[in-house]
Amino acid sequence: MQILNFLKPNRDNIKNYSIIGSFLVLVSFIDVISNAFFKINITSFLPGSLTNLFPLILGFIGLNMMRIDYSGNKNLDLLNKNINTNNFNALLTLLILFSIIKALPQSLSWMILDATISGDSKDACTGTGACWTYIKVWFRRFMYGMYPNEFHWRINTAFILVIALGFVGYFMKENLKKYLALYYVIIYPIIAYLVIYYLISGGSFGLQWVETGAWGGLSLTFIVSFFCLIFCFPLGMIFALGRRSNLPVIKYISICYIEFWRGVPLITVLFMSSVMFPMFLPEDFFMDKLVRVIIAITLFEAAYCAEVIRGGLQSLPRGQYDAAKSLGMGYWKMHIFVILPQALKLVIPGIANTFLALVKDTPLIFVVGLAELAGMLALAKTNPKWLGFAMEGYIFASIVFWIICYAMSKYSYNLEAKYKTER
Amino acid sequence: MNNIIKKFIPQILAILFVVLIFGFLTINAQTNMDNRGIDFGFDFLSQESSFDVQFSLIEYSGSDSYARAFLVGLLNTLLVSFISIIICTILGIIIGVARLSSNYLIKNSAAWYVEFFRNIPLLLQIFFWYYAALRALPMPEKANAWFGVTYMTVKGYYIPSMVWQNLNVFLYCGLAAIVSIIVLKNYASKLRDTQGKQIPFFLYSVTLLVVLPLLSFLFGGVSLEFELPELKKLSKISYIYEGGISLPPELIALVLALSLYTSTFVAECVRAGIEGVTKGQKEAAASVGLTPNQVLKLVIMPQALRIIIPPTTNQYLNLTKNSSLAAAIAYPDLVLVFAGTALMQTGKAIEIVSITMLTYLTISLTIAAIMNWYNKKIEIKEK
Repeated sequence: MQILNFLKPNRDNIKNYSIIGSFLVLVSFIDVISNAFFKINITSFLPGSLTNLFPLILGFIGLNMMRIDYSGNKNLDLLNKNINTNNFNALLTLLILFSIIKALPQSLSWMILDATISGDSKDACTGTGACWTYIKVWFRRFMYGMYPNEFHWRINTAFILVIALGFVGYFMKENLKKYLALYYVIIYPIIAYLVIYYLISGGSFGLQWVETGAWGGLSLTFIVSFFCLIFCFPLGMIFALGRRSNLPVIKYISICYIEFWRGVPLITVLFMSSVMFPMFLPEDFFMDKLVRVIIAITLFEAAYCAEVIRGGLQSLPRGQYDAAKSLGMGYWKMHIFVILPQALKLVIPGIANTFLALVKDTPLIFVVGLAELAGMLALAKTNPKWLGFAMEGYIFASIVFWIICYAMSKYSYNLEAKYKTER
Repeated sequence: MNNIIKKFIPQILAILFVVLIFGFLTINAQTNMDNRGIDFGFDFLSQESSFDVQFSLIEYSGSDSYARAFLVGLLNTLLVSFISIIICTILGIIIGVARLSSNYLIKNSAAWYVEFFRNIPLLLQIFFWYYAALRALPMPEKANAWFGVTYMTVKGYYIPSMVWQNLNVFLYCGLAAIVSIIVLKNYASKLRDTQGKQIPFFLYSVTLLVVLPLLSFLFGGVSLEFELPELKKLSKISYIYEGGISLPPELIALVLALSLYTSTFVAECVRAGIEGVTKGQKEAAASVGLTPNQVLKLVIMPQALRIIIPPTTNQYLNLTKNSSLAAAIAYPDLVLVFAGTALMQTGKAIEIVSITMLTYLTISLTIAAIMNWYNKKIEIKEK
């Protein structure tokens, strides 16, 4: 019994075991760190692949020794509970930590320590690290595309105006609040369109005309996703209501619409808008490529929106419909004042996901020749003065998109929590 | 009377609206095509395509018809979807289970994996793998062998190909194994229902699946040889591997991006499914006396799968549709071969874009129909 007690870590011999265990773990970490950061192999006396496995084995034994249930030591308990519950977990813990340590020096030196950011031509990048000079020089192009440099303030002003107008709803007076939906669905898109048209396109008020072919970069991504976002929501609502209608014709038209758009990939829709759609327009009627693309994406995303909203409508109990009807409400009154406010609250996460998908889909317009961020990267990559920096470009774009999408998804969690009603 | 008007007026208006739109578009298309001298029709499908495709699963050359080019594209699309679906399922299950781990590090690395890969647009990920990551690979002559026989180079991934002899005997043996497993399963469930006996069914079926095909090697005259890729010098500086199978970098980039991106969504489905089974179920099963393995197999998994499978199928469909992004890096899928090259050559915009869309639509609707049928079947029948 005594021997068993001695061999197995427990509360009686906690002192010895935890000290030996943590020492072994410490040694294993020192080995890995010195290997990764200082290129010193303190276990070079070991044969072959044992050198590489040495810290893993050592750490594993150490963690095994430290695993004492209800040790009474707060920190040790916390450690055991979180990363050291059994042998398998301990091994995974070590593997994750070691691979992070091994990857850290390489990526650090590539991204920061050996990287270059000074200078304004390719010659400045002589180090082995990343060439952020490339991003710095091309930054304005990545943001605004081929839009003339001296007019960039127009894009900025337009965006600030549109965002400010979007917040007007928050500050509306109480007696105007009932027109909030009207404002966001009809008035806001029109104002936003006018602002963007007159400021960014120009052509009047003494502003020079800039054709849409010159628009590009991240600002184009914002413009496309903004318009698709505000148009696809009402359209989706109409088709969601249509799909739940009692009138067979309207119901089947909605079903066909939704299933059609959900069944085809966006890229074919964009192809359609760029090569097939002009054939269907009257001869002397010209529609801008950007407008065509926005219409195509709106129609496409509206189908997804409709399905999400339908989910919300379906999850409302029948009693809500019956109660509204018994108050003498008609179809529209019932939906506007009773059904939709409740249903839309329920579908906030779903709608947020649809919008997120929309933002992530906008780089696809690159396929039909509109140079938003991905398109500008492709352009910059083939520029003979700046060959060979694809990696930096794509990492930069990924970071930008990641921040936007991550912020959006976090915001949707907040909204969801804010509008949550007890049922 | 009032009711009838209320019912019929909107419907008639809707029909009129749809008819008007379609009529307007058709008339425009007609006049446009007349003016440009294009005629509508699908005759071009049987004409000679006269373009080459880089990578194809079936025999194809420029002298084949457009219909065959379409088939080449479709097969390439299905190939990339199939490989990606398998990889993303495996990854998704691992990550989904890891997100529920009690280990703080594992849980959080899995969560960050999901947050990272799903918040970057798929197109950028494809570009990253194709233009940045895979371009950093060594040239063929400098490539190291992976597992001794495969070579990852900037020109693609070279793996040994299998040369079979009497393959059909082998396949028959495999088929026989599967049939006998089904028979065994019926027998086992009958034995369990009538006599309450359990036989180690899983062990038996694995044995059958291994032994029967092995027997075909010994007695059926089946043999398998590997053809290894070998380095060959084309000119002074240009080398290439010959023999074996070469997977083009476009395919690898596409599979990597698609499976990493979709695996995050699959992981979320798996997590939701496992979390969706209430704790009481597990406790109840344990209190009836089932072993932990039986609890997992007979109680948890059937319920979790019911939650997991429908949204996961949706993700597979999304993946198949997303594989059309292949066109951006010139992987010869349906969109690139048909809606790209073939459209350029024939100029039949309406026909080709409609065929492409209808193909995707057919795939989606077929899978959706199967899913609906499956959902009805596994639905919990409540009173």
